[in-house]
Amino acid sequence: MSVLTIHNLWKSFGGNVVLRGIDLEVEQHEVVSLIGASGSGKSTLLRCVNLLETADDGTIHLDGEEITDPRVDVDAVRRRLGTVFQAFNLFPHMTVMDNITLAPRQVHRVGRAQAEEEAHELLRRFGLADKAGAYPDRLSGGQQQRVAIIRALATKPRVMLLDEVTSALDPMLVVEVLAVIRELKESGMTMILTTHEMSFCRDISDTVCFLDGGVLLEKGPPEKIFTEPEHDRTRAFLGSVLESGRF
Amino acid sequence: MTADPVWVKSERQRERERVLASQGRRTASVATISTILFVALVVTVVISAPGWPRVQETFFDPEMFLESVPAVADGFLINIKIFLIAEPLILVVGLLVALARGTRSPALFPIRALATLYVDVFRGVPTLLVILMVGFGLPALKLQGIPNDLVTLGVIALTLSYGAYVAEVFRSGIESIHPSQVAAARSLGLSHGKAMRFVVLPQAARRVVVPLLNDFISLQKDTSLVATLGLMEAVRQAQIIASREFDYTSYLVASLLFILLTIPLARYTDHLSAKARKRQGS
Repeated sequence: MSVLTIHNLWKSFGGNVVLRGIDLEVEQHEVVSLIGASGSGKSTLLRCVNLLETADDGTIHLDGEEITDPRVDVDAVRRRLGTVFQAFNLFPHMTVMDNITLAPRQVHRVGRAQAEEEAHELLRRFGLADKAGAYPDRLSGGQQQRVAIIRALATKPRVMLLDEVTSALDPMLVVEVLAVIRELKESGMTMILTTHEMSFCRDISDTVCFLDGGVLLEKGPPEKIFTEPEHDRTRAFLGSVLESGRF
Repeated sequence: MTADPVWVKSERQRERERVLASQGRRTASVATISTILFVALVVTVVISAPGWPRVQETFFDPEMFLESVPAVADGFLINIKIFLIAEPLILVVGLLVALARGTRSPALFPIRALATLYVDVFRGVPTLLVILMVGFGLPALKLQGIPNDLVTLGVIALTLSYGAYVAEVFRSGIESIHPSQVAAARSLGLSHGKAMRFVVLPQAARRVVVPLLNDFISLQKDTSLVATLGLMEAVRQAQIIASREFDYTSYLVASLLFILLTIPLARYTDHLSAKARKRQGS
């Protein structure tokens, strides 16, 4: 059974239709990338999945439970999802350690000692062992984003949602964040990510989805999407990416 | 391996520093001279005024000054007491009202409406009127448990009035926190309440310290309004002396006491906002 099933999802913002009947299934351990131009609906799709946006129509099932049901406990749904944002959104008034342990302690009721031990282990794993006591504004962008990923991981989510997590970083820092995501894939984490880093996307994805004007135009393994796309729109998008030197 | 370059100050830089130092000296002397001239001008104008001898006699009488200090200072202790009790109460009321105005749940609609009404009313009514109505109105109800001690009534009135201002200060602080912070907290599974408590409020509190302290400086002065209820605080004491002796030096004493109380808080506020500016700049 798939971890996440999206069926006929529609969403508009005041007359502007952003998602037009999206269908998508995500299997356990699968990495799904959403690509497409800005405004194609990638981020909105992720925000619908973690219920930051309410879909206008259609259903989303997480582990067989319909999370688009208005009676669902949104906090309980979000507890099973880990979200990482383009702008990191770390809590500036908390140390790295407090950022990471806030949700385990306050939401999952883990004791302080255990939460901190697990956080230390994650920090070690991702090369930030010496940053536990630092405040976010003392870290580089790449370090902040790695902390944000650890913060999401600390709640042991079923699915990670990564929304353009490298877009705010310069190339040197992109590399270190991508290494973290690679490691997550190797550990078997189920992920949906939106990205503009095409070579990375090709490298890491099991499935690539091309969104165009709110429609999921084409979906398939990266070898197929990147070498012999079916649609002209996909070809045009990949062509422009190639031309801008981002491949 | 080549050695790191070592900085030897150039002749051009030394010349620049000499020019800057001499410019600094000139700025300082210009400031001193203009201050002396300004003060001299003000003093001359006041002293040469036709009524000055009379004013000097009734406002600046050294003997009366010393004589009225004990009574006025005694009353001033009551101002300090009111201020110290009212301040934490105002913080609590302000925070609760601000939070009530930010609730979303339909079950809490009455609370939200009540909080909005409270802020509208008590920000609109002059503090003096609130003090008069609470001071004379509450005891007149003759309800059991209603205090008729003037200090308590004064504290209630000031808390009601200033709670409304402080609620708005808190609310603007809460609204100044970027929605992405709430989105991040909610995405981690934190409820609205916990996102407020752990993520929004601690950041908002830091931003509202300076406007809050400004309101408290204003509150320190407004404790004197409780005099209208007949409470023997500093201003009332000064008034009594003034009407007994036909000499207003006691007002000067009261003013100085208020200034002594507010200046440290004012400087502290300046210090905090300078620090905040520096932090934002870095």
